Amino acid sequence: MQQVLCRVVRRAQLADDVVALAFESAELARTARAGQFIGVKCGENLLRRPISICDVTGDELTIVFALKGAGTQFLAERKVGDVLDVLGTLGNGFDIPEGEILVVGGGIGSPPLLSAAKTAQTESVNDVATSRVTAILGFRSKPNVILAREFATVCREVYITTDDGTFGRHGTVAAPLEELLSARKFAAVLACGPRPMLRAVAEVAERHGVTCQVSLEERMACGVGACLVCVCATRKDGEIANRRVCRDGPVLDSREVIL
Amino acid sequence: MNPDMRVTIAGVEFKNPVVTASGTFGFGREYGEFYDLSELGGICVKGLTPLPRLGNATPRVAETPSGMLNAVGLQNPGVDAFIANELPNLRKFDTRVIANISGGTVAEYGEMCEKLSAAGVDMIELNVSCPNVKAGGLHFGTSTESVSSVVREAKMRSTVPIIVKLSPNVTSIADIARACEDSGADALSLINTILGMRIDTRTRRPVLANNVGGLSGPAIFPVAVRMVWQTRCAVRIPIIGMGGIATGDNAVEMLLAGANMVAVGTASFVDPLAPLKVRDGIEKYLRQNEIGSVSELCGGVLLN
Ligand SMILES: Cc1cc2nc3c(=O)[nH]c(=O)nc-3n(C[C@H](O)[C@H](O)[C@H](O)COP(=O)(O)OP(=O)(O)OC[C@H]3O[C@@H](n4cnc5c(N)ncnc54)[C@H](O)[C@@H]3O)c2cc1C
Ligand SMILES: Cc1cc2nc3c(=O)[nH]c(=O)nc-3n(C[C@H](O)[C@H](O)[C@H](O)COP(=O)(O)O)c2cc1C
Ligand code: FES
Repeated sequence: MQQVLCRVVRRAQLADDVVALAFESAELARTARAGQFIGVKCGENLLRRPISICDVTGDELTIVFALKGAGTQFLAERKVGDVLDVLGTLGNGFDIPEGEILVVGGGIGSPPLLSAAKTAQTESVNDVATSRVTAILGFRSKPNVILAREFATVCREVYITTDDGTFGRHGTVAAPLEELLSARKFAAVLACGPRPMLRAVAEVAERHGVTCQVSLEERMACGVGACLVCVCATRKDGEIANRRVCRDGPVLDSREVIL
Repeated sequence: MNPDMRVTIAGVEFKNPVVTASGTFGFGREYGEFYDLSELGGICVKGLTPLPRLGNATPRVAETPSGMLNAVGLQNPGVDAFIANELPNLRKFDTRVIANISGGTVAEYGEMCEKLSAAGVDMIELNVSCPNVKAGGLHFGTSTESVSSVVREAKMRSTVPIIVKLSPNVTSIADIARACEDSGADALSLINTILGMRIDTRTRRPVLANNVGGLSGPAIFPVAVRMVWQTRCAVRIPIIGMGGIATGDNAVEMLLAGANMVAVGTASFVDPLAPLKVRDGIEKYLRQNEIGSVSELCGGVLLN
């Protein structure tokens, strides 16, 4: 963990309210693991905003974020050459086992899974047919679909669903998830998205006997594990305990988290 | 010549006048990854209770203009687990350790004081001002009688000096401060967080699961300076000033208002190195103004 000032090297608009920013930091690129996040200072706003690492290429890290309030608005206004004040890399990240991996992303929960897919994909990028990663991405509607092309460059198959049926398959991620887990043997399901989606994904995975790692969101202050504002309840050996999402997470085993 | 940064509070010498504020620094392990904890004057640990506590539901934090509300609700592993698992690690560093405690009854404060002073902390801070839990919280710190009974019990059962942490959520901080001094408190610390609330206009629900929480950060700094000054006018015992300190200049202001030492809390969330920057800023001020010792600043405000 360190605090680093990083120069923005690229900015892209991925959807009406979704922006990608790439910035340079050799230090952070070295420690970054899929599923980890950064705490980025957003102008005058006191608290750092937690944003997942979506991609690491060389010394460049990319974050992808939705415009929600003042903090993400500030970030969206950054231009190439601006300096970001970043605390990173934070949290534990995904634990990617051997074997076939199924990543399941819901909306703006998709970015960290791209980094997980890339980490798991050991085959040459030109040969996605042999990739051991399959992705299911769910969005509200066609204009909200992001990163479909990027996932397609590292995954064997990418299934996209929209709630309103305007793109890909009509419905939620649950249907393709059920079908894939029935059809093939996966070593792990990695999921990130809204709580109701995580609950549904965990239920399906557990029913199929596949381990499921969920990446959680909680409001944070310190981002490093010192203040205890970001906890989630977990159950281990019948004991209820609080874990810090920023430090012990954000990725936790679905069987331990009380979702 | 290097200015003398040492301060002595109730016979305990601190190598510099900067400690970390309770609840913002855990037990030191996390920020210990950013710098050597021996650089600090002292560490005040997360508030301890007799038994482990899970704390409140989440969200426990809400951002505010220049500040934040928290409602952690004293989540902690309990005093025994602290002594067994955390104190030995803290003791590896050349820094003072202050244990912050919250009891549900006067007797609980006494029991914890006995255990902690035997275990070898340098000082004990009585939290009689936590706005986030009903028991062990605010009510002890808001009346002169109840605060006196807690202080007397703590003094009787502790072998190390006692600090009383005062609440800003009172009508007259001077009255409470005097009651603490008269009951034998060795030092005071202030301010704890100011009770606040935020409401999400979309859902009409409070942002915090606990509905209300404690405000900290730069937003409360002027209130803290005023209360430290009022307290300094009321008592002679040492004061640890805190509330929104983010820079060396903020710290100097707090010392001039009457504090003998300062604590840095929320600023660490923004900049993990904040306590060290505050320390360096104080030293720079002393050097620039050719002041030989930091203790000369205490109460140095020139009133209009
Ligand atoms: C580990 C983690 C990873 C995340 N990764 C991403 C990502 O890759 N892309 C993305 O778009 N979003 C991500 N989020 C959510 C993102 O942190 C919030 O959308 C953002 O903080 C909103 O800030 P704001 O100032 O725009 O909104 P406001 O609503 O004005 O923020 C007010 C306060 O609430 C906090 N807050 C609001 N919503 C959330 C939330 N959902 N989670 C945590 N804190 C919140 C803010 O940090 C701030 O302190 C992540 C959250 C966590 C915990
Ligand atoms: C997240 C958080 C947790 C806190 N927990 C405690 C606590 O356990 N005991 C206590 O006496 N004060 C607690 N405090 C209050 C701080 O020690 C301090 O008095 C207050 O935050 C004002 O200082 P600051 O503005 O520098 O943070 C807590 C504050 C925060 C922000
Ligand atoms: S945000 Fe402080 S412990 Fe997680």
